[in-house]
Amino acid sequence: MLTIKNLHASVEDKTILKGLDLNVKPGEVHAIMGPNGAGKSTMGFVLSGREGYEVEQGEISLANEDLLDMEPEDRARAGLFLAFQYPVEIPGVSNLEFMKAAVDASRESRGEEPMSSAAFLKKAKEACAQVNLPLAFLKRGVNEGFSGGEKKRNEIMQMLLMEPKLAILDESDSGLDIDALKIVADGVNSQRSDDRSFIVVTHYQRLLDYIKPDFVHVLSDGKIVKSGDASLAKELEAEGYSWLEGYDKTQDAPEVTA
Amino acid sequence: MSAWLQQAIDKASSVNDWLSPIRAEALQALKQESWPTRKTEAWKYTPLTPLERTEFSQVTNSAAVDIDSIAGLNSIDLVFVDGVLVTSTNALMNTKGLTISSIESSDEETRLWAAGEFGQIKPKRHLFGLVNDVLATQGVIVNVDAGTKFKQPIRLIHLQNNGNEAHTRVLVRLGDNANASIIEQFTGDQNSFSTSVAEFSIGKEAKLEHYRFCLQTGDSMTVGGSHFRLQEKASLNSQLVGYGSKLARIDVDVDYAGEQATAKLNAIYLLKDKEVFDLHSTIEHAVPNCVTDETVRGIVGDHAKATFNGRIHIHRDAQKTLAELSNKNLLLARTAQINTKPELEIYADDVKCAHGATVAELDKSALYYMMSRGISKEDALVMLNFGFINALVDEMPNEALAEWLRPILKTRFQVMGSK
Repeated sequence: MLTIKNLHASVEDKTILKGLDLNVKPGEVHAIMGPNGAGKSTMGFVLSGREGYEVEQGEISLANEDLLDMEPEDRARAGLFLAFQYPVEIPGVSNLEFMKAAVDASRESRGEEPMSSAAFLKKAKEACAQVNLPLAFLKRGVNEGFSGGEKKRNEIMQMLLMEPKLAILDESDSGLDIDALKIVADGVNSQRSDDRSFIVVTHYQRLLDYIKPDFVHVLSDGKIVKSGDASLAKELEAEGYSWLEGYDKTQDAPEVTA
Repeated sequence: MSAWLQQAIDKASSVNDWLSPIRAEALQALKQESWPTRKTEAWKYTPLTPLERTEFSQVTNSAAVDIDSIAGLNSIDLVFVDGVLVTSTNALMNTKGLTISSIESSDEETRLWAAGEFGQIKPKRHLFGLVNDVLATQGVIVNVDAGTKFKQPIRLIHLQNNGNEAHTRVLVRLGDNANASIIEQFTGDQNSFSTSVAEFSIGKEAKLEHYRFCLQTGDSMTVGGSHFRLQEKASLNSQLVGYGSKLARIDVDVDYAGEQATAKLNAIYLLKDKEVFDLHSTIEHAVPNCVTDETVRGIVGDHAKATFNGRIHIHRDAQKTLAELSNKNLLLARTAQINTKPELEIYADDVKCAHGATVAELDKSALYYMMSRGISKEDALVMLNFGFINALVDEMPNEALAEWLRPILKTRFQVMGSK
C-alpha cells in the first residue's frame, strides 16, 4: 500500500527526516511512536505534500503511484488521508459543504458524478452520529469554535466520509478523555478492512489498547530505530525511549508542530 | 475650475424640464466647487485622473442589452440602457398603492411631492451628486402609499455601452407604515462614465429593503450614491455588493429624522486586477434612540485598491443611540491595497457605540487543510472567499435574492482566484 524508502525531508532548511523507511501492506495498522521532535508530524505533512516540507531524497509510493510528483489534492484523491493533530478552523465554510466538496472532488477524479445533496446529507448524518457529534456540527463552520475533542472527532468523521486507502492519524488521541478516545478508536476500527491501511502516530500506549496495531515502530531523530509487534508499545510505556539503541538523547526538544 | 467640470456646467444649460428650478440651485452650488485632488480628503485614495482623460457622448445604444446579467429574479424590472429608461412605466402604473413613473412622464401629483424631495435627502457636499442634480433628466420616481406593503422587489437595472456617459436618478418615497424592496443594479465593463443617485424618503414605521449591486468592472467608471432619510420608527435594511473598475465610488448616507428608527447596512466589495472601489458612508444620528448596525467586508486581490470610509456622527441631542460599525478585509495578495477609516464622532454622552477595522491575509493553513481533503486550490480559494462573506449573504432578508446572487458571486470568485 505505502512504501517509503530512505526519505530525507527538511522544513525551513532544517533536516527532520533522515532516512525513513516504512512499508505498509494493505489491511495493516502500523503505530508510530517516538519522543517529541522525532519527526512524527513532519512525516504526515511530507506524505500529504504540505508546502514548505521539502523532500531532499528518497521515494514515497501509495498503491504503486509515486506520491512525490503529486499536489496535495491529488494525493488525497489517490486515497491518502491525514487526520491533523491540530485541525484548522475555517469560519464561514460549513462542515457539510466542505466535506461534500472533498468527496465530490475525489469522485470526479475517478470519473464519477457528484453525489446528490440528499444522498450526501444522509451519509454525513450517519458519520456524524458514528463519532457522536450533534448534527448541528454539519452546519457549523469547519472546526469553528469546536473543542479539542470535537475537532479530533470531526477529523474521524471526515475520514469516514472520504473512505481513504491509507489514513494517517497524527496524535488523534491527544487531549481526549477516555470516552472520546473510544469513539476515535471505534471510528478507525469500523473502517479496518483488507484493502485499507492505517498509520497511527501516538505518544501513548493507551490508544493502542483500542486500535490493535500489527506493527509498532519507534521514530527517533528522523528514522525508525526499532520495530516490533504490539508488545513493543507496552515496553516503551514501561521503560521510556532512552534504552533504545540509536536513540539520540539530545532530541528531547519541543516538537515541531508547524 | 477643471475642464471636465466646466463641460458639465455647460451641458447643464441645455437641460430644461419641470425640475429646472431645483437644478438651478444645484448649478449655483456646483459652480462654487473645485475639482478634487489628492489633497481633497473625500477623494484622497481615488484619483479622478482616468475621468479627466476621456470624453464621452450621451448617445444611446439600446440594442446592446446584456439579458443574461438580469435574468432569473422575480422582480418588477425597469431597464436603463446608456442612461435612458427603455422600459415603459405605463404598464406598471395600475398596481394599487404603488406608482412608478419616469421623470419625463410623471403626472402633476407626483411632481408636486417629488419637487420637494429631489436633491433634499442627498447631502450637498457630494460633487458628483450636484453634477447628477443638474444633468440627470432620466430616472424613475416610485411612490408607495401609506400602509401599502409591497413585497415584490422593484429592480432598476443600469446597463452601459462603450463611449457612453449617463446620468440617472431615482427617487423613492415610502408613506407611513409602507413596505417596499428596491434593487439598484449596475453592470458594464466598457469605457464609459455614469453618475447614479438614488434618494429614499422612508416614512414613519415604514420598512425599506434596499440592494445596491454595483457590478461594473473593467474600464467602466462610475460615481454614485444611495441616500436615505428615515422618519420615526422607520427601518432600513440596505445590502450593497461592489466590484471594482477603473473608477468606482459610492456614497451612502443615512439621515435619522425621527426617533426609534433603525438602519442595518451590510456591504461587500470584491476586487481584482487593478480595480478601484471606494465606499464612503455617513450616518447622521441627529435625534435620540436610533440604531445603526453597519458591517462591511471586502476581499481585495492582485493590484486592486479598496477604500472604505465609514463615519458615524452622533449629534449632541442623539442620546441613547446604539451604533456599531465593523470593517473586515481579506487581502489575497501582497500587492493589494485597502485604505480603511472607520470614524465615530460622538457629541452625546449616553450612547453605546463600537467600531473597528481589520485587515487579514489569506489563511494558508486553511488552504492546505482543504487541499489535503482533495479540494483543488482554485475551489478552495473560492470556498475561503465565500467563507469570508457568507455571513453577510446569509443575512440578506430576501432569500430568493441571496440564492440568485450566490452563483454570480461564485463566478466573480473564480476570476479573482485565477492569478
